[in-house]
Amino acid sequence: MMRLPWFGFRSPRSIVDAAKILAAEGPQAMLIAGGTDLLPNMKRRHQTPATLVSLRQIEALKKVANGSGVTLGAALTLNEIVANAAVRERYAGLWQAAAQVATVHLRNMGTLGGNLCLDTRCNYYNQNYEWRKAIDFCLKKDGEICWVATASKRCVAASSTDTAPALIALGASVRLVSVQGERDVALADLYKNDGIDYLTRRADEILTEVKLPAAEGWRSSYWKLRRRGAFDFPVLGVAAAVRTARDGTVEDARIALGAVSSRPFLTKGGELLIGNKLGDDAIAEAGAKVASAAKPMDNTDLDLYWRKAVVAEFVGYALREIRGDEMRETRVRIARHAL
Amino acid sequence: MTKRFDVIGKPRRRVDGRAKVTGLTRFADDVMLPRMLHCKLLRSAHPHATIESIDVSRAQARPGVHLVLTGKDFPVTFGILPVTQDEYPLAPERVRYVGEPVAAIIARDEQTAFEALDLIDVQYRPLKTISDPKEALATPEPRIHSYGEQGNIHRLQALEFGDVNEALARADHVFEDLFFYEGNTHLPIEQHASVAAVDGEGKLTLWSSTQVPHYIHRALANALQIPPAHVRVIACPNGGGFGGKCDLHNHEIVVSKAAILLGRPVKICLTREEVFYMHRGRHPVLMRMRTGVTKDGKITGMHTQTLLDGGAYGGYGAASTFYTGVLQTVTYEIPRYKFDACRTFTNKPPCGPKRGHGTPQPRFGQEVQLDRIAEKLEIDPAELRLSIVAKPNTLTANWLKIGTIGLAECIRKVVASSDWKNKFRKLPEGRGVGLACGAYLCGAGLPIYWNKMPQSGVQLLIDRSGQVTVFCGATEIGQGSDDVLAAIVAEVLGIDAYDVRCVTGDTGLTPVDLGSYSSRVTVMMGNAAIQAAERLRELIARAAAEHMETLPENVGFAQGRVFRADDPGKPMSFREAIVLAEEKFGTLGSVGSYSPPRAPGRYKGAGVGPSPAYSYTACVVEAEVDRNTGWITVPKVWIAHDIGRAVNPVSARGQVEGSVYMGLGEALMEEQVFRRLPPKLSNALVHKIPSLLEYKSLTSLDMPEVFTELVEDPDPNCPFGAKEVGQGPLLPVMPAVANAVYDAIGVRIDELPITPDKVLAALEKKAKGETPRVGPESFPDVPYPEPMLVPPPWEGGDGNSVNTPRRRPVKKEALA
Repeated sequence: MMRLPWFGFRSPRSIVDAAKILAAEGPQAMLIAGGTDLLPNMKRRHQTPATLVSLRQIEALKKVANGSGVTLGAALTLNEIVANAAVRERYAGLWQAAAQVATVHLRNMGTLGGNLCLDTRCNYYNQNYEWRKAIDFCLKKDGEICWVATASKRCVAASSTDTAPALIALGASVRLVSVQGERDVALADLYKNDGIDYLTRRADEILTEVKLPAAEGWRSSYWKLRRRGAFDFPVLGVAAAVRTARDGTVEDARIALGAVSSRPFLTKGGELLIGNKLGDDAIAEAGAKVASAAKPMDNTDLDLYWRKAVVAEFVGYALREIRGDEMRETRVRIARHAL
Repeated sequence: MTKRFDVIGKPRRRVDGRAKVTGLTRFADDVMLPRMLHCKLLRSAHPHATIESIDVSRAQARPGVHLVLTGKDFPVTFGILPVTQDEYPLAPERVRYVGEPVAAIIARDEQTAFEALDLIDVQYRPLKTISDPKEALATPEPRIHSYGEQGNIHRLQALEFGDVNEALARADHVFEDLFFYEGNTHLPIEQHASVAAVDGEGKLTLWSSTQVPHYIHRALANALQIPPAHVRVIACPNGGGFGGKCDLHNHEIVVSKAAILLGRPVKICLTREEVFYMHRGRHPVLMRMRTGVTKDGKITGMHTQTLLDGGAYGGYGAASTFYTGVLQTVTYEIPRYKFDACRTFTNKPPCGPKRGHGTPQPRFGQEVQLDRIAEKLEIDPAELRLSIVAKPNTLTANWLKIGTIGLAECIRKVVASSDWKNKFRKLPEGRGVGLACGAYLCGAGLPIYWNKMPQSGVQLLIDRSGQVTVFCGATEIGQGSDDVLAAIVAEVLGIDAYDVRCVTGDTGLTPVDLGSYSSRVTVMMGNAAIQAAERLRELIARAAAEHMETLPENVGFAQGRVFRADDPGKPMSFREAIVLAEEKFGTLGSVGSYSPPRAPGRYKGAGVGPSPAYSYTACVVEAEVDRNTGWITVPKVWIAHDIGRAVNPVSARGQVEGSVYMGLGEALMEEQVFRRLPPKLSNALVHKIPSLLEYKSLTSLDMPEVFTELVEDPDPNCPFGAKEVGQGPLLPVMPAVANAVYDAIGVRIDELPITPDKVLAALEKKAKGETPRVGPESFPDVPYPEPMLVPPPWEGGDGNSVNTPRRRPVKKEALA
């Protein structure tokens, strides 16, 4: 089997201690929560940190606080998110996203914070050391050329988090803590459109919690495209959240995309809906607008032109589900199980 | 007269079931020996290159490294077929695909060995690469191998059974279609592992994940140039094989050599990536099929042409090439048949046998073409097939002997259970059903090396304790062969299957069996086991008869008792009967063996295709296809398999469902595909996705409901009538999916896998008024030779060819 490289291991019990260790060790240290992304990557020598700082013993990272919104500790496992009644009832988009990450076993280990900070993915990068040697490596790791777009100066590895687009659509923010203090940033601002330097989080910062605003009047939905009903990372994620007036007029709406860029991002599709009712025409118009922002590359599973071609359809699924259409059959066909 | 059975046909937990589910089964990677060292292989990062130099000094100096081996340590070539000895355990001068082993490190642990790999300095000089058969045909130089037909063509075959052009000329309709079947891999969950050790006398033992310990035994002794009598190969239970553990593999030779040199046990366990590199899986095949039919749907003649992408080495490829044509004739009446095949070398991992070995590709083409024929003739596809099903106890045009054939019953069963008549062409748009059939061998008629010895041997040990131990070289690869062996012995001796101990797949202890491939084990091992058990029963019956004062013919065996058949009220226990037999005859034991019947065909090439029996399957698949996205869902599959008789119906159904699982994977997503980087920037030609995550196969959530039926029409050549079930049920699944997609949405996807992007592309063509089809558009000019002419049985002749064809000379324009 592939073996892990040697590394030091620290397991602090508080956020303060963890931040101190990070500050002292410098960029050679990495955080580990569930390890479902990091450890396989280390086996392939994508990352070879000198020290791993585990967050698993820090109880403060596993809290759920209910106020006008909800605050979720970053070290909650994805299955703990799925099992959370407030999430399921009020933030359906997040619940659907978390429930579709990988497999039940990986969700028992993988955390919300880990999913938000997931390394970007690419068919030229997520390969073992020998394979990457056979292509003389790539821009993202150890090489000079981006093999997806050979003229590109920028790495185009794909953001592959499911929960981030869902949370962006829901208007979430995250808290980052370091020895220098703490700051809250809108989740959309956590990301940069760069496959290598894809987070605005500094190496000494710990993502400690995710804050969701009040859900009154909002309905949300997340649709994930992937080949199979389990395991696979998204090759398209469409998240929508809509707030409507009593008469069905859209007062506010956000549609975010995942897996079609190096970052999850908010599209202009939501704005088109404001002031309209969720009629078929408005949905189609929003779908077309969102689709124009999707820039899938030939670096994941499934044909890239096809992935682009179905974006509008997936936006339609999400908005029709929010509208209250019966979407269960479609959901089972796409997700391979009921959600 | 129907014989009643106590064990055969009863649904049972398999005899190895508890060990499997409780983790007690010892796979090759579970073998741990004192002082064991670990091996890692340095694999080529170049798809095609000459090796200029290898410097291992830095690796050798690394603490913890015990030995570094390179090509110069292995002067002898090997290959699983005697005719293709074209591989080196470690490439000495030339590498032909990314992943080919170049050097080996043996170290105190796996980590040390892995880290030392980077310390080996290899200088390569890159050569032009060849990525597919069209390129291989167009690029005779550089040759990947200096042997073969010409240029980069490994094998050419051409056989004609009756004048096919004449048969097509008098047909009412001639259908000509092109199909492409993408390559895919076995994907056993157990990665290959091997442990080699020498005993005090220097004799070698190899524990390995292999389906064919006997062939490995022979080939390993030859590769290492040591006497076969000093080699023992133990096939550990395999965590799935599917054909991927049928070759002698580089690592098996390397760890054996290392163990001999170091005098210490050496282990290797491949990573998943390495298993993808080693491959030997499904050949990508381009096909052209021409079929003539009368207006009422009778086939007048058929011409199949295939072009195989063989990868970088021969392996089983010569056999695979034949199998892309020879079994096309055993399902339906085909009075005349022509078959041309070509296998090319390319700079990719070698292809070889995967479940169905070479036959799923042409079966896909044939069954999709039949769907088209039925539509054109306005005949229901099930009725069309029923009207042309081959007859029992007949010869085919290519001289294969069909015995029992339960295909018509299989078709009738799936038509009934799926409610076909109310679904086909009647479901709303976006939903459809498709039907297809298939057939497979119950064991290849000939071994891979020429000999007149039995193909399976079984030995029984029995003694006064009442224990029954059965020895056989057959290999438990998850298919349930130990259970079949125990059940057959138990049935004959009238005891419980769980009271039989199986010792299998160990060339040092068990009689030769050729291995778990070609669906041969139940039939060949089973017949040998019946013979051995009956011989022993005869001895026990004679001893018991004397005691019971009756004739041996009047002694019955059932439920652990031995009794007078005419007065069963006073039985003795099986153990008491053994004591009597041991008193009378001394130490007890028996052997049995099996050789298949001689095949009727006598032409060169007639050795591939014959089998003691053929199994048959029919399948209906329901599909839902989304018009806007092309997304495909398969909610239900109905499948009926002609098994002759199910030894253990639970296992048999498991094999059928496993075939549906694998078949849907091949139909919908599995692809062993490669990526060439822009030639201006790189010479790379790499496996696109060598990982269990990105090589897509179905998960349990993607698996539909499967309705399985077994058709039991016992075959006289088979043990208790039992035919194979390991491979045949796979064959109809892929074309049934394609036919269902057509019924659902009116587009033909003539290449596998059938993915949503292809469906959407075909729908777009349909909307534009173009032919709603995605598939290969052309077939290159392949220099197929002049065919060997063999008249079919009904046109006279004796199964011999009537000409001596000359090879077609190389035409420059053919290669241009």
